[in-house]
Amino acid sequence: MDTTLLVIQLLNGLQLGILLFLVASGLTLVFGILDFVNLAHGAVYMLGAFICASLTFVTGSFVWAVFFALPLVAIAGYLLERFIAQPLYERDHLDHVLGTFGAILVIDTLAHLVWGPAGIAIPLPAYLDGQIEILTEIVVPTYRLTIIAAGLSAAAGLYWLVNFTRLGMLIRAGASNRTMVSALGVDIKTLFSLVFALGAVLAGLAGMLIAPITEASLGMGNNIIITAFVVIIVGGIGSMKGAFYAALFIGLIDTLGRAFLDDIFKLFMSSAAAENSAPALSSMLIYILMALILSMRPQGLFPPKLR
Amino acid sequence: MKKLLVSLLGGTLLATSSIAADVKIGFVTTLTTPAAVIGKDMENAVNLAIEHLGGKAGAHDLEVVFGDDGFAPDTGKQVTDRLVKQENVDIVAGYIWSHVLLASRKSVLDAGKILISSNAGPSQMAGKLCNENFFSASWQNDQTPMAMGEVLNKAGVKSLYIMAPNYAAGKDMVAGLERTFTGKVVGKDLTKWGADAQLDFSAELAKAKASGADGIFVFYPGAAAGAFTKQYHQAGLKDSLPLYSVFSIDGISLPKLQAANFSGIVGSKVTQQWDPSLDNAANKKFVSDFKAKFGKYPSFYAAQSYDTINMIAAAVEKVDADMSNMDGLRAALKSADYASVRGSYSYGANNFPVQNFYLREVVVDDNGDWTTQVVDTVLTNHVDPHVGDCKLK
Repeated sequence: MDTTLLVIQLLNGLQLGILLFLVASGLTLVFGILDFVNLAHGAVYMLGAFICASLTFVTGSFVWAVFFALPLVAIAGYLLERFIAQPLYERDHLDHVLGTFGAILVIDTLAHLVWGPAGIAIPLPAYLDGQIEILTEIVVPTYRLTIIAAGLSAAAGLYWLVNFTRLGMLIRAGASNRTMVSALGVDIKTLFSLVFALGAVLAGLAGMLIAPITEASLGMGNNIIITAFVVIIVGGIGSMKGAFYAALFIGLIDTLGRAFLDDIFKLFMSSAAAENSAPALSSMLIYILMALILSMRPQGLFPPKLR
Repeated sequence: MKKLLVSLLGGTLLATSSIAADVKIGFVTTLTTPAAVIGKDMENAVNLAIEHLGGKAGAHDLEVVFGDDGFAPDTGKQVTDRLVKQENVDIVAGYIWSHVLLASRKSVLDAGKILISSNAGPSQMAGKLCNENFFSASWQNDQTPMAMGEVLNKAGVKSLYIMAPNYAAGKDMVAGLERTFTGKVVGKDLTKWGADAQLDFSAELAKAKASGADGIFVFYPGAAAGAFTKQYHQAGLKDSLPLYSVFSIDGISLPKLQAANFSGIVGSKVTQQWDPSLDNAANKKFVSDFKAKFGKYPSFYAAQSYDTINMIAAAVEKVDADMSNMDGLRAALKSADYASVRGSYSYGANNFPVQNFYLREVVVDDNGDWTTQVVDTVLTNHVDPHVGDCKLK
């Protein structure tokens, strides 16, 4: 196994991890603070991709499209909270699942009606569409590095927001003990709306970033939402730090599994058997990992401190 | 009132308006999930065929009932059961996906009805699972990549990296290519497929590049084709690792690739049994009317669906809509005596077409639209490799 390929695959894993973090962070915020299971989080991810795709053709530039699409996704998140999540806060988790599952069906069908079944390919500006040689022989697509950079800045911004602002303080307090927060006279309703919209922006951003790679397509969110749930369960529900590390970990495991598992299998079985079993195992790898971690640490790797 | 409501509900499940027709055709395809883009093309072609026929096979009324397989074998089987048992259709046709067709075949064949595939051609159903009541209006999965293998040999490609989705057809495609390709396969990736298919191929493309192969062969039908092509383009592999594909760069993906201006794809070559540029009267009428009505070139899925309906109509006319005359129906279908848009062809012992395979090139037409045109005939009257395992005579 040569090191060049390993470094490139590590970068690929990092890029996948970053995208997973953007989706999972919103999910963990909403679950941790609002105690609300939001299956429709993936639908917002899809919505972000489609809105960004349309705006790319309107503005002529992917970068401007992202810039304008983010507030639109925040509004979508706010509406989702106001009309679907809010009436369900008092109910139990099963009702949350039912309500937001319904929202997925509605949003998917709306997207089908508005954008058609075909999905939309997003062209990138020339300066993002090439490749960069970061070290000798290590050539990676510029856009994948852009995703890593954009995702890391979003993570840094989130870190600052959660740890060094008044809103962040309330978010952390809400995650630890929300009854106490509302007892202290904090307007919990506005806080909830803000958190929900913030989560939507993060998911929407992830959708916009992935769209030029996989294109905006119907149901794209339903795929990633399952992995995002794996991330927040492994990381510890409600924990930002947990979501970050777990997302990177899962991104790396998934990518390295796809990249090297068949070569590893070939060391001790026939190459035909390796070719058959490697794809099967690599698609299960993250779930096996989740089961292992849950059996040893049911609360996840970095559970939020509860008082 | 209650009864009315129930029948209304039933009606929405299977989009149909049933006024007693003489012959009822069930057509299963994918109408939801991103793969609905293929299903829509097929639905359009079926409706166009019915329109061209005036809704009749000879003097007999035809009716088509569509069913959605949701890109999943279990849903596909359920909808097939419903078509056979509740809608009581006479013939079941359609099926984009090999794994869906394999799961659904027994529902139709055990009921003693005719089953026609408008796309999927799994090796099992050409070989051991062949059946006198099953016909293919398309091809057997191995054949198109076998044609591509010949093209690669001619082009002097010595080593190849292969990528395909991990399901029945993906495996057939890889096997088909390896039947004819004489060079060395230096690496192979089978990726996750279905409604939650893997669409980010970063790890696989990095491996392909590192393998130092002369070229890369892929099979990514539907939405995955766009995703793959873009990432291939973004990774800058165009010159170092030329792309050879089957069922990926087609009438479904080209309009989207054109909209996003991935000009690197113009000039790339694919193999297929049909092409919009094929010079016969039926094809000319089909392509020009399809374009006029739906504003795009038909895909091969559409062409095969159009053929399916015409093939059924010709057979129904021959038996005078007596659907209990199974021998007559089978003989009529097997004669392939209808104006196919691929030109004339015949049926082999396993009821799969014996037909030509062409090399096509992506070109820009006079209106600036991207399409394909035939550059060469690779295989002539080609018989699929599984016919020997079939016990039918």
